[in-house]
Amino acid sequence: MLRAALLVAGKDLRIEWRSKVGIVQVLPFAMAVLVLFAFALDGNRSTLRDVTPGLAWIAMLLSLLLGVQRAFGPETADGALDALRLSGLEPSGVFLGKAAALAAQLLALGMLLGIGVALFYGPDAPGVGGWVVLVTTVVVATTGLAAVGTLYGALSAGIRVRDTLLPILVLPVVMPVLIAATRAVEASLGIGAELTDAWPWVGLLAVFTLAYTALGLLAFGPLLEET
Amino acid sequence: MEAVVDLHDAVVLLGRFPALAGVTVTIGAGELVVLRGPNGAGKTTLLRLCAGLLPRVRGSATVLGLDTEHGARALARRVGLLGHRNGLYEDLTARENMRFWGRAIGASRDEQNAALAALGIEGRLAEVAVGRLSAGQRRRTALAVLAARRPELWLLDEPHTGLDTDGRDRLDGLLRAAVTAGATVLLASHDLDRAAGLATRTLTLVGGRVAGDEPAAVPPAKGGGPC
Repeated sequence: MLRAALLVAGKDLRIEWRSKVGIVQVLPFAMAVLVLFAFALDGNRSTLRDVTPGLAWIAMLLSLLLGVQRAFGPETADGALDALRLSGLEPSGVFLGKAAALAAQLLALGMLLGIGVALFYGPDAPGVGGWVVLVTTVVVATTGLAAVGTLYGALSAGIRVRDTLLPILVLPVVMPVLIAATRAVEASLGIGAELTDAWPWVGLLAVFTLAYTALGLLAFGPLLEET
Repeated sequence: MEAVVDLHDAVVLLGRFPALAGVTVTIGAGELVVLRGPNGAGKTTLLRLCAGLLPRVRGSATVLGLDTEHGARALARRVGLLGHRNGLYEDLTARENMRFWGRAIGASRDEQNAALAALGIEGRLAEVAVGRLSAGQRRRTALAVLAARRPELWLLDEPHTGLDTDGRDRLDGLLRAAVTAGATVLLASHDLDRAAGLATRTLTLVGGRVAGDEPAAVPPAKGGGPC
C-alpha cells in the first residue's frame, strides 16, 4: 500500500509541477477571494481582524474544490482511471497517494494564504504557543480536507456533471472543518478566546481527519469500480 | 485447448440498454481473435467485460479461469486493455508515463525501455509531454505501456486508429510476437484488411449477440516482431 501511495503521490505532484495550475490559477483565485472579502467588509481593519480566521478558511475550502477537480482531471481526461483499476495498485494506496499529494498542495497554499492574510487583514502575530496551535490546526485540517476531497473526487470522477456536483457534495461535509479550524485559529490569534480553548477544536479536527482517512481507505476501491 | 475467455449467455446493461444481449463464446490460449461488427454492436462492451470492468446481469463470464466480477482484482494484473482512450497523463512525458505505469505493473526499466523502442518512441520524442505528441505518437506510447505489461490476454479496441503505416506494422509485429509467446489477443477493428492478416478467427457481433464465428481464411504469418 505504501509503495502505491508513494508512486501515485509522486505522479500527482509531478503533474501539478508541470501544469503549474496551482500557482497560476488556484493561488490567484484564493488571493482574489481574500481581496474581495476585504472590499466587501469596507476595509475596516478591526472587523477584518476579527473575521480573519473564518475568511481564510472559506478561501481554503473554495480552493479545495479547484484542487480536487485538478487531482481527478488528469485521471478522467484520457481514460487513466481504467488503467489505474487494471494496474493492480492497491486502491487504498491510490487513495493515500492522491490525498497526500492534495494535502501537500493545500499546505503550500495555506502558507501563501497566511502571508496574504497578514498583508490584507493585518492580524496580531501569535505567540509561541499560538504558533504551535496555528501550525497544528493547519496541518490537521488540510489533511482532513484532502481526505474528504479525494473521497468525493473519486465519487464524482465518472459523472458528466462533476464540476457542479462536487461543491454540493463537499461543502456540507467539510462544515465541521470550517467551524473547528476557525475556532482554533481564533484562539491561536487571541480573538475572543484563550489559547487553551483551541485544543478541543484541534481534537475534533483530528477525529474528523482520522474518520475520513479510514473511510477513504475502505471505500476508495469500490468507488473506483463504480466510476 | 485451454479456454482463456469463456462467456455463457452473458448479458451486460449500459444503463437500461443491453449492450451484450446473451453472448456465448469460448476463446482458447494463443488465439488472435478479431471482433467485427457495426457501431454499437457490443465490441467495446465485450472487451471491457473481459477486463473485469463491467458487471453482468445474467450468465457467466470467466477469463483466465477467474470470474470477471468476483476475481476482478486478480484478473486486473493479467489482462491488458487498450480502449479508445490511451490512459496517459498529458502533462507527463512519454517516458514518465512509462515509468509510472511500468512501476505500477512491476515492469523492469529494461522492459520499459525495450517497449518504448519497439514502438518507435525513443530519443527526444520520449522526453516530450504526451499532450504535445500527435495522436499516433500517443497511441504508440499507450501500446508501449501495454507491451511492457506483458499481459496474458490483450484486449484491444481499434488499436490501429491514428497509427501511420510504420506504427501499424510495429503493432502487428508486436501482436504476432505476443501470440507466439503464448498470449491471447482479442482485437476489435473496423480495419478488416489489416485485421484479416492477423486473425486466427473472426467473431462478428450484431446487436449485442454473436452473429458469426469463423476461422481465418488464410492462417496469419507466425512470429517475428519488433518486441
